[in-house]
Amino acid sequence: MAVQTPSVQPPAHVPAAPGDQPAKRRANSRLRLTAVRFARNRMALFGLVMLVLLFLMAYVSPLFYKWDYTELDFTAFQKPPSAAHWFGTDQTGSDLFALTARGMQKSLVIGILTGLICTFVAAAVGASAGYFGGWTDRSLMWVVDLLLVMPSFLIIAVLSPLFQGTTWLVFVVLLAAFSWMITGRVVRSMTLTLKDREFVKAAKYMGVPAPVIIFRHILPSMASMLIIDGTIQVGAAIIGETSLSYFGFGVQSPDVSLGTVIATGTPAAPSFPWLFYFPAGCLVLICLSIAFIGDGLRDALDPNSSGAKARAPRTTKKSTSTEGRTS
Amino acid sequence: MGRYLLRRLINHVALVLIAASLTYFLAAISLNPRANFAGRNPPVAASSVTATLNDYNLNPDTPVVVRFAHWANGVAHGDLGRTVTGGEVNDEFGRRVGVSTRLLLIATILGSIGGVLVGAWGAIKQYRASDRVTTLASFFVLAMPVFVIAVTFKLWAIDINDAVGHKVIEYTGEYDPGLTGTGEILASRLQHLLLPSLTLIVIQVALYSRYQRSTMLDVLGSDFLRTARAKGLSRRAALMKHGLRTAVLPVVPLLVYNVVLLFTGATFTEKIFGWHGMGEWLVNSISTNDVNAVAAVGMFTASVVLIAGLLSDVLYAALDPRVRVR
Repeated sequence: MAVQTPSVQPPAHVPAAPGDQPAKRRANSRLRLTAVRFARNRMALFGLVMLVLLFLMAYVSPLFYKWDYTELDFTAFQKPPSAAHWFGTDQTGSDLFALTARGMQKSLVIGILTGLICTFVAAAVGASAGYFGGWTDRSLMWVVDLLLVMPSFLIIAVLSPLFQGTTWLVFVVLLAAFSWMITGRVVRSMTLTLKDREFVKAAKYMGVPAPVIIFRHILPSMASMLIIDGTIQVGAAIIGETSLSYFGFGVQSPDVSLGTVIATGTPAAPSFPWLFYFPAGCLVLICLSIAFIGDGLRDALDPNSSGAKARAPRTTKKSTSTEGRTS
Repeated sequence: MGRYLLRRLINHVALVLIAASLTYFLAAISLNPRANFAGRNPPVAASSVTATLNDYNLNPDTPVVVRFAHWANGVAHGDLGRTVTGGEVNDEFGRRVGVSTRLLLIATILGSIGGVLVGAWGAIKQYRASDRVTTLASFFVLAMPVFVIAVTFKLWAIDINDAVGHKVIEYTGEYDPGLTGTGEILASRLQHLLLPSLTLIVIQVALYSRYQRSTMLDVLGSDFLRTARAKGLSRRAALMKHGLRTAVLPVVPLLVYNVVLLFTGATFTEKIFGWHGMGEWLVNSISTNDVNAVAAVGMFTASVVLIAGLLSDVLYAALDPRVRVR
């Protein structure tokens, strides 16, 4: 089944073989060029700063904050935000700021891990399918098709009783297992065009083993696409994780994720709106900053993009992507 | 064309059958219907629980393969089995598909048209204020999980209702059962439809406009548009007749596939706004260990993917003369 996603625009760019001196210098200057182009994009820069601040809020602020997320304040139930409780408290007297920070830690870690794993799986599977062809290709693509037909939300939700009491890492594996397929297809078709290029053929005839060719020569050539896709996957994983956790199918108590914090706050939200708006706002800010960064990276890494050029004439397109969204 | 479609159909049907069977196995292994009878007051005797579960083909002690054979046999004869409470899954299924369709039909139509228009508009006015605003807005919407959007709308509706003094915007259920008279019932249905539809429309407009904008930008600089202008067409006519039509093509499969996403993606919308559709059923049946219902939803989703896949193939071949199918 062909799922056409006009989302990831592969930049037509192949770097020189790594290792030798001039190439290294070129790689360095390319990195700098990317950084310069990225920094020129105001939205992307804003996203990066925002994400750093959110990371600080999640990981550093609890060290200095008065309340722990497991602590209950019996003098403050359902209290609006104040100097003592920055985000207010809920009906049991838990501090919402501490809860939100804790939830952000979990959501960020899960999102980043899932994004990394699923980009790696997509790269490995897609490149193998494209490089080896034949039965390898057919069977791997069959798995891709099957996983696309399987209702992932339902499967992860159904399996959630099984990982009750186990670690949340199981959840990361499940999330990743169901989100790599479309990227895998893109990687496969890019591999098909790359595998007849001279540098791959040369390596092949020199007797370089296939896995080395794939990981040293083919995949680095699509690094920009993989990096961009990785950022998109992180955002998608955070949305997926919080969505499942909202219904109690994801991170299980006593562990806390942004999804569970928002879910506990929702019923009381009509009368005590901070219980919903603060954690939901933090979640939206995380996803928004990741989306800005991904967009900026795309512009910076894509040589054809005009978005990052300094006051460039507006001729070429600036593409945006929203892939892997699970609702 | 016919043979190509037939081959794809066979391939798809095989995939759906496997996906549905896998869903059944996973549900049957991981859900425990016996838990539903625990802690009942008055307590139910273990033997009668077992008898009931056996009756419904839900007994976790029966080997899963035996239960699967029983279930598959029923499905082959058009019987989706019994729910944990003893009802027919078939009846529930029919009712819920109806509710979901009523909710999704309008939202899908408005959402896809809106998305295509907003995207095309953004591309034509690239980097102008209107383009920047719609781009930023769609980024915002796409950074929000559905439940955040739905709950936010609900909270706003409550605020508006409080400000006005009576309930202008409804946010639970599909209609008010106490009403009589066709006009009143219709008005009440529309009132109830507003928020869930809005949630779904906003998401779809944001999503499709991104894709439409980038395909439209591809088309804008193309030779055939210049030719159309040179032929004497006004910019507007050239864009509408030649540009938009070409730019919509790549988005069509996406639109079709998203109907699938919607049927289960409406889970949050249905659950939060109290519509008893497929999405709500999915969440409820998992929390009530309703194996057969979960399997039914799984089979339904997989079949919708199948239909969507075929439909997008046909549509694409029909719309784009450049597509050659063997």
